[in-house]
Amino acid sequence: MINPKEKIFKVLSPTAILGYGFPLDSFANGMKEKPDLIAVDGGSSDPGPHYLGSGKSFTDREGVKRDLAVMIEAGLKAKIPVVVGTCGGSGAKPHLDWCAEIVREIAMEHNFSFTMGLIPGDINPEIVKDAINTNRIFPLDHQTPLTEDKVDQSIHIVAQMGIEPFIEAHDQGCEVILAGRAYDPSGFAALAVMKGFDQGLALHMGKILECAAIAASPGSGSDCAMGILTEKSFILKPLSLERKFTRISVAAHSLYEKSDPYHLQGPGGSLNLEHCSFTELEEGMVKVEGTLFEASDKPTIKLEGASLAGYRTISIAGTRDPVLINTIDDVVEDVRERVQSFFPDMDINNSLHVSIYGARGVMGALEPEKVKGHELGILIEALGDDQNQADTICSMFRSTLLHYGYKGRIATAGNLAFPFSPSDISAGEVYRFSIYHLMETSGEILFPLTLENINGGKDETD
Amino acid sequence: MKLTELASVIRSKNAGPYLLTLDVLFKDRACYEKFKAAGLMTEKKAAELYGINKDEVLSVIFFDPADALKITLNRPIVSGGYGDTDIYGAQQHAPLLNWKFDFEI
Repeated sequence: MINPKEKIFKVLSPTAILGYGFPLDSFANGMKEKPDLIAVDGGSSDPGPHYLGSGKSFTDREGVKRDLAVMIEAGLKAKIPVVVGTCGGSGAKPHLDWCAEIVREIAMEHNFSFTMGLIPGDINPEIVKDAINTNRIFPLDHQTPLTEDKVDQSIHIVAQMGIEPFIEAHDQGCEVILAGRAYDPSGFAALAVMKGFDQGLALHMGKILECAAIAASPGSGSDCAMGILTEKSFILKPLSLERKFTRISVAAHSLYEKSDPYHLQGPGGSLNLEHCSFTELEEGMVKVEGTLFEASDKPTIKLEGASLAGYRTISIAGTRDPVLINTIDDVVEDVRERVQSFFPDMDINNSLHVSIYGARGVMGALEPEKVKGHELGILIEALGDDQNQADTICSMFRSTLLHYGYKGRIATAGNLAFPFSPSDISAGEVYRFSIYHLMETSGEILFPLTLENINGGKDETD
Repeated sequence: MKLTELASVIRSKNAGPYLLTLDVLFKDRACYEKFKAAGLMTEKKAAELYGINKDEVLSVIFFDPADALKITLNRPIVSGGYGDTDIYGAQQHAPLLNWKFDFEI
C-alpha cells in the first residue's frame, strides 16, 4: 500500500468543528499513528451572519476548552504543532481573542509552556475601499457590487486566508497556531506543502479532513479521522471501528456544500477533481489520486462581512380553525395592510415577515406544494430600527390578527392559540451578510503573524 | 417511479450563503448510469419542480466519481437575511422526493 521508503505526512483531525467533541479512544488511536500535525477547523459561515456580526462564537466555550486541552497536551507531548483555523466560529478579532484566552487558561491550568502563533483574519476596511476604487472587488454568487458605504457599515470584515500565513507560523516554530478566518483546508495543508508535498493533494486531503469523520460511513461530525499524504496520493483512515471510509462516502463529500464538485475554488487557485480517483483499501481506508491544483492568474481572497440589520421581535401562535386555515393568506395580507396604515411613514414589507408553518413555513418561495395542514403555526417576525420599534410592530400585528373579523368567521373569541405568555419575544440584534466578495490582492501582507510565549509553568525563579 | 427508488441520499444544503445545492446519491452505479442516460433531470425540470424561473437554476451536474447528481439554485433570500426560513438550507429537498417520472429499470 505505502512504500516504506516513501515520504509520508500524517494529519490527525479530531472533530469537524472545534468544540463539537470527539471520543478519546479515537483520538488515542490517531496519536498511535504518530501524526505530523493535529489540525482542526474552528468555524463556518453556515450558522448565518449573526456570529460574524456580533463577535460571538456559535460553539460552546466549555466544549472548545475540552477539545483544545486534549489536543494541546497531545501535541506538546508528541512535539507536533496544533493548528486551529477560523477560531471562534467566524474568525474575526473577538473570535480569535476568545479562543486565545481559552488557550492561555488551559496553559495555566495544566502548566503548559509553548510558543503560540496568532494570525488575525480581519481585513482593514481601508484596504477593501482601496480595492473597490481600483476595481479589484467582485461579487460572489450574487450581483451586488460592493460600495464604500457597505464597508463602513460592516462591523467585522474577514477574509479566508490561504496556506501562506500558516507556513510562516510553522516556519517560526509555533507549537500552537490560532488563525482567524481561514479557507478550511489551509491549516491542514500548509505544513505538508512547506515540506514539499503536492499542494493539490494536500489541499484536497484538508478539504475532507476539515470535516473529520463526516466523510466516513456512518458519518460523524464529532469523531476523529486521519489523512496520510504520500507523494502521489493520500489515504483517509478511520480511527474508530464504528466507521469506515468508502469510495462513495469520500467522493460524495466533494459535493457537500459545494456548487461544482469538479472545481473547488480557494485562495490562490482551485482544485480540479476531473481526473480524481477514489479506491477502497483494507480496513476502511480510501486512497485518493489525481487531484490537481490550478493556480489562478491573479491571487484573490474571499471577503466576508456582516452589518447590523436592525432588531427583531417574534411571536409564535397557532390556529386550528378550518375557516381561517382556508383563507389564511388573505387574512395575513389584510392584517398587514391594516398595520401598514398605523405606520404611514415606513414600508411594513421591510419590517414584517410572517411564516405560515403547515403551508410554506419551511420553503417559502421555493414551496411548490399547495396543500395545507389541519393546523397551522404562525411565526410573526418584526424588524425595527431599535428594539422598541420591533416590539411595537410585532405587537400591532399580533393583536390585530388575534381579533381580526375575517370573512366567514365563526369563532369570534380570538383567532390565535398562543403557547406562551408573554406572547412576544424581543430577540435582539439582527445581522446580515454585507460583504461576500472576492478581492484581488496586491501583494500586501494581509494576515500578520504575532508570536506569544505562553509560560504556564511555575515561575522559573522558583 | 420516484427518485427515492433509485437514490439512497437526497439532501439540500447551503453552498455559501447565496446558493442552495441539492445532492442526489444513487444506490449504485447502474441506477446512476441509467438515470443519467435518460436525461430526466435538466435545469428546466429542476425549475419546474421548485416552481421557479429557469434562470434561478445555476447548474445540473452529474458527478461520476460519487454516482451523484448535483443541482444548484439561487437562494430566494440570502442565508440569515430578513425573511429567510432555513438558515442552513437543509430542508429544501422535498420536491425531489415527491417527483414522479416515467422510467424503466
